[in-house]
Amino acid sequence: MDRVITLDLEKQTVREINQFLHHDLGESSARVEILNPFGVHNIAVGLDAPVEVDIRGHAGYFTAGMNKQARVTVHGNVGWSVAENIMSGEVRVKGCASECAGASGHGGLVVIEGDASSRCGISMKGCDIVVGGGVGHMSAFMAQAGTLLVCGDAGPSLGDSLYETVIYVGGAIHSLGADAREEPLTADDRATIARLLAAARLERDPGSFKRVASARSLYHWHAGADHKAYS
Amino acid sequence: MTPPIRKEESFSFSRQTLEYIHHAAEHGLYEIRGLGAKRQLPTFDDLLFLTASASRYPLEGYREKCATKTVLGTRHAKQPIELEIPITIAGMSFGALSANVKESLGRAATAMGTSTTTGDGGMTPEERKSSKTLVYQCLPSRYGFNPDDLRKADAIEMVIGQGAKPGGGGMLLGQKISPRVAKMRTLPEGIDQRSACRHPDWTGPDDLTIKILELRELTDWRVPIYVKMGATRVREDVKLAVKAGADVVVIDGMQGGTAATQQVFIEHAGIPTLAALPLAVEALDEMNVLGEVQLIISGGIRSGADVAKALALGADAVAIGQGMLMALGCNSDHYTLEGKTHDASGDYAVIGTEPGFCHHCHTGRCPVGITTQSPDLEVRVSPDWGAQRLKNYLQVLTMELTTLARACGKSNVHHLEREDLVALTIEAAAMARVPLAGTSWIPGKS
Repeated sequence: MDRVITLDLEKQTVREINQFLHHDLGESSARVEILNPFGVHNIAVGLDAPVEVDIRGHAGYFTAGMNKQARVTVHGNVGWSVAENIMSGEVRVKGCASECAGASGHGGLVVIEGDASSRCGISMKGCDIVVGGGVGHMSAFMAQAGTLLVCGDAGPSLGDSLYETVIYVGGAIHSLGADAREEPLTADDRATIARLLAAARLERDPGSFKRVASARSLYHWHAGADHKAYS
Repeated sequence: MTPPIRKEESFSFSRQTLEYIHHAAEHGLYEIRGLGAKRQLPTFDDLLFLTASASRYPLEGYREKCATKTVLGTRHAKQPIELEIPITIAGMSFGALSANVKESLGRAATAMGTSTTTGDGGMTPEERKSSKTLVYQCLPSRYGFNPDDLRKADAIEMVIGQGAKPGGGGMLLGQKISPRVAKMRTLPEGIDQRSACRHPDWTGPDDLTIKILELRELTDWRVPIYVKMGATRVREDVKLAVKAGADVVVIDGMQGGTAATQQVFIEHAGIPTLAALPLAVEALDEMNVLGEVQLIISGGIRSGADVAKALALGADAVAIGQGMLMALGCNSDHYTLEGKTHDASGDYAVIGTEPGFCHHCHTGRCPVGITTQSPDLEVRVSPDWGAQRLKNYLQVLTMELTTLARACGKSNVHHLEREDLVALTIEAAAMARVPLAGTSWIPGKS
């Protein structure tokens, strides 16, 4: 990186900072330091450039939402929906994430080095999410594509109404949601886990994970289904 | 001799109810269908205009100017939407509708200077190219939702619900999940696709406030943000949407249509459009944002009279979905291909229905080629033919609207007011907050 740009949320508004990141980065690559985030929402949303952004502290909701190309690192915790709808690039949280981390993400990589709260990876559509700790209830709810790798434990109703996303869990699974089932871990799975761990810069034994995928019994609407099974 | 037992049809167990029970007992399935509520409801037909006479001064029928220009999204957006008419095209998805129909809608809207709206599944290049003013929906499923299309949009509509199925989410059955639709929605081909009933990244109104700010940041505060809701607890919901930062509130009454949902939702959830509109207006008034936050009403709007009455009750614009499809030939017994008329009744029979009764949008076998992804059917609506039909329909609605407005003495359709209306029924009078015709009585008010 040939340039380091420092922005300060004590001196500038989030609007001014996002405006700069959207329009004023220029052609050459750059690294941006954002200081004093103090839990402000919507920091670095909508980036679409190969820029590195370091947020030095805790950030609020929707941090790095809809990210494309950029590599955003939060040196702290984040609020709801970090990297929601991520398209490409990487969003890394050094601390913990609140609810809906990586929601609806289409591509790219989301790394939560600590724990993620409930609904992590909800509705994900092709991104990869790696969580160093555990995830809360209803994680990967209606997840369509991509991979959720959880190094710790998973809360209740993991993978409820899952489509084609595959989930790997290193710790205990409290319970599976509707239509999610545990399946044998294959050599391909271990290779995928190893690749994701390497990308996330985390060290675990790829063979120690459980694989969860869709049983695909809900792929066709069946009004006569036994509703007690889904209560 | 024992007298014969009299024949008497049951009101509670009418032939229609008997058919429903027999069907349920035979199949063990509840019904999925398209379109909107078919039960009898209070509608705008229950209102009448008190046009000018001695006490009011009319404008000449179709000659004197009557402005129809409509501006939406003036509250926060740098670039509000400027429309030539207050009649917009409601959100309907590519997937539910064919690409030809989406293009027809865009071209007709552009020709008439109004907006059209994407739907579940995202924005197609055809509809962006054909639509001068395109509203991009942000739906719970987020199928096909991406920042590139977001930045191409002229407005964003955050969809919380729709009138046909408030709280119910949506579905697109497998027969309509063509390779292109599947790719746009990141789902396997042919599976029954479920659209979630709640958003993935926010839940309550406080979160919605921050979500709206995120969308504003993404678009550099350029475009207006609408919030669309099915009509249930309208007064509370409108206030929450305003508090959350909406530029425009869209309320969809229970007559609003759908491509597919459970019949029980369509007929038994939500409130009629006529009842919803005054509640929304009162909520805006109580928030002191009338004129600052614009209101679009939808759900069973059919005619220029409906539009005029909606504006008189306080809407800034209307949105039409089903009426547009009917203008393309929905429930017609024929379709037109290369200038020739073809009988479609056999194709209705194949799916177990007939013209005038069809609500089989969910099957993907639309006999007139509207709600389909099937190549052999979608050619029954060509974009040239479809755009002309839709333009004609929008033109008629606009002419009817301005004719009524002039007769009420208004040189601008937005000057129509509640005082111009009376109600034919006590129910309509109570819902619309206008007097019962021939009286000064507004139930619950006077």
